[in-house]
Amino acid sequence: MSLFFRLIFLPFFLLTAGFAHAQLSIEITGAGANRIPVTIVDFPGDPAASRVITSTVRADLERSGLFKLVDHSGLALDENAPINHADWKGRGADALAAGSIARSADGRMEARFRLYDTQKGVSLGGAAYVTNATQLRAAGHRIADFIYEKLTGEKGVFSTRIAYVVKARGQFLLQIADSDGQNAATALTSTEPIISPVWSPDGGRLAYVSFEKKKPVIYVHSLASGQRHIVANFKGSNSAPGWSPDGRKLAVVLSKDGFSQLYSVNADGSGLQRITSSSGIDTEPRYSADGGTIYFTSDRGGSPQVYQIGANGGDARRVTYEGSYNVSPRPSPDGKSLAFISRREGRFQLAVMDLASRQVQVVSDSNKDESPSFAPNSRMILIATEVGGRGVLSAVSSDGRIKQRLSVAAGDVREPAWGPYFQ
Amino acid sequence: MKKLLIPALLAALLVGCSTTPLPEDSNGAPVESRSGSSSTGVAPVTAGGLDSSGLPRELTDPKSKLSQRSIYFDLDSYEVKGDYKDLVAAHAKYLVANKGFKVLLQGNTDERGSREYNLALGQKRAEAVKRSLTLLGVSEGQIESVSLGEEKPKNPGHDEAAWSENRRADILYKAADGRGEF
Repeated sequence: MSLFFRLIFLPFFLLTAGFAHAQLSIEITGAGANRIPVTIVDFPGDPAASRVITSTVRADLERSGLFKLVDHSGLALDENAPINHADWKGRGADALAAGSIARSADGRMEARFRLYDTQKGVSLGGAAYVTNATQLRAAGHRIADFIYEKLTGEKGVFSTRIAYVVKARGQFLLQIADSDGQNAATALTSTEPIISPVWSPDGGRLAYVSFEKKKPVIYVHSLASGQRHIVANFKGSNSAPGWSPDGRKLAVVLSKDGFSQLYSVNADGSGLQRITSSSGIDTEPRYSADGGTIYFTSDRGGSPQVYQIGANGGDARRVTYEGSYNVSPRPSPDGKSLAFISRREGRFQLAVMDLASRQVQVVSDSNKDESPSFAPNSRMILIATEVGGRGVLSAVSSDGRIKQRLSVAAGDVREPAWGPYFQ
Repeated sequence: MKKLLIPALLAALLVGCSTTPLPEDSNGAPVESRSGSSSTGVAPVTAGGLDSSGLPRELTDPKSKLSQRSIYFDLDSYEVKGDYKDLVAAHAKYLVANKGFKVLLQGNTDERGSREYNLALGQKRAEAVKRSLTLLGVSEGQIESVSLGEEKPKNPGHDEAAWSENRRADILYKAADGRGEF
């Protein structure tokens, strides 16, 4: 298979019309150089359920850019079937997953599977996932995560969710979808803009900025209940929320004392504390993975650059130097790198800094990149960008090799936020 | 009992599946409802809007200077230009004479660059207009300066003509009885 290939996963749940269901479709535009060849055979049992699960697993692995699917020749094997390792090795598969689907007495489905290393001829383990019939794709994502972790040594992110804003027909929709763009649901509909959504570390809430009061106000919104409350609505603008890693606080930007400055506030809106005191703009705060420091954007040096400051304030240290516009800093969850948007020759591009060496690499080839967001395993970065005048999302690996594009048919997608690991 | 069950059901839906058999969860959850929420654990919410009306004619009559509410800025500039001296003075005079009225100053930017950084730049424009008004005697309590950043472009285009229209601060009024534009 060529390095650049195209695959469009058609919406699975596109049963009802209407843009409230504006479904993301995913296109892969770049893949890793050394992809692991793997076979996912069909699972005996309920054929429809088997198809949902195995196609989800195959699509996940292929989309990651790290795996090459080896044809399974329509073969179905359960998790206890003997495996002819030499044969599969001969067909080019380094690994093989087999499994079965069974319906339990209470009507739920149980997916069992086992993963094999055909090179060594050994089992790499397996698991059983129980789910109700409408959540089969979730079981597929869990299996794909298991395979991904066993074969790459990193945790998979197929079971995670993403949030983003769709602008369509004069409305702004804050949507939540599975990491493959499926199963989209609208958490908030507004005629006024919604920006800067960020997931709470427990994955149950989003903080965001809504303009429904004719000014930017910060909300925290519980997804399951739909309940939301105002965290910051001070005189002036309230924006750019960033969760502390323990989920107790938010770093926010308020203009109540003049220009935009950093503050921290408890998630219930109490305990406001000022963090920065500069004579210019300080914005876009993001806690470091250990919670000890905050990365932010400031024009204190004359142009917008990334700085770092203690979580309770103190002296700020400049982090970016190349160029005259470096904004939207996002430290990776593993603490090793920093993603940000850098303007170079008029193009706004995603850049990644290795925090140990301070080396910076531009990793996107688009030119209107915004709002980067790391996957919880730090491997991929989701950004908003523009293709053909339309807002789309793009997922780029932190080394720039793997690229996927997510778009909706009738509207602009923007302001992506990758959620935490499945809990 | 039923009340207690609902959050538990939602939590179960959100979790979806687990490695070992789950505790008893929702049987027969709908695959897809019109609101699209039940299979995903996301409840849909619609944000409310605000009315605007009921201001004196001198603020809205196109023949009145006070109906001019927009102040445009140069690229990368956050200073109120001399061209707008009379306009700002007319609004200052009205606000000094009508202390029950309040204004919301909304700063705006063009679309290029970070949304949040642009929000902070729009704030600088709103602050510049606020400073001009307070220097002319308007009470701070009558003014709130906020930013819409690049989010509410007056001109949705993507060229310099559109951008120059969007580098702007707008003045919105509210009367003492609470009626008005914000």
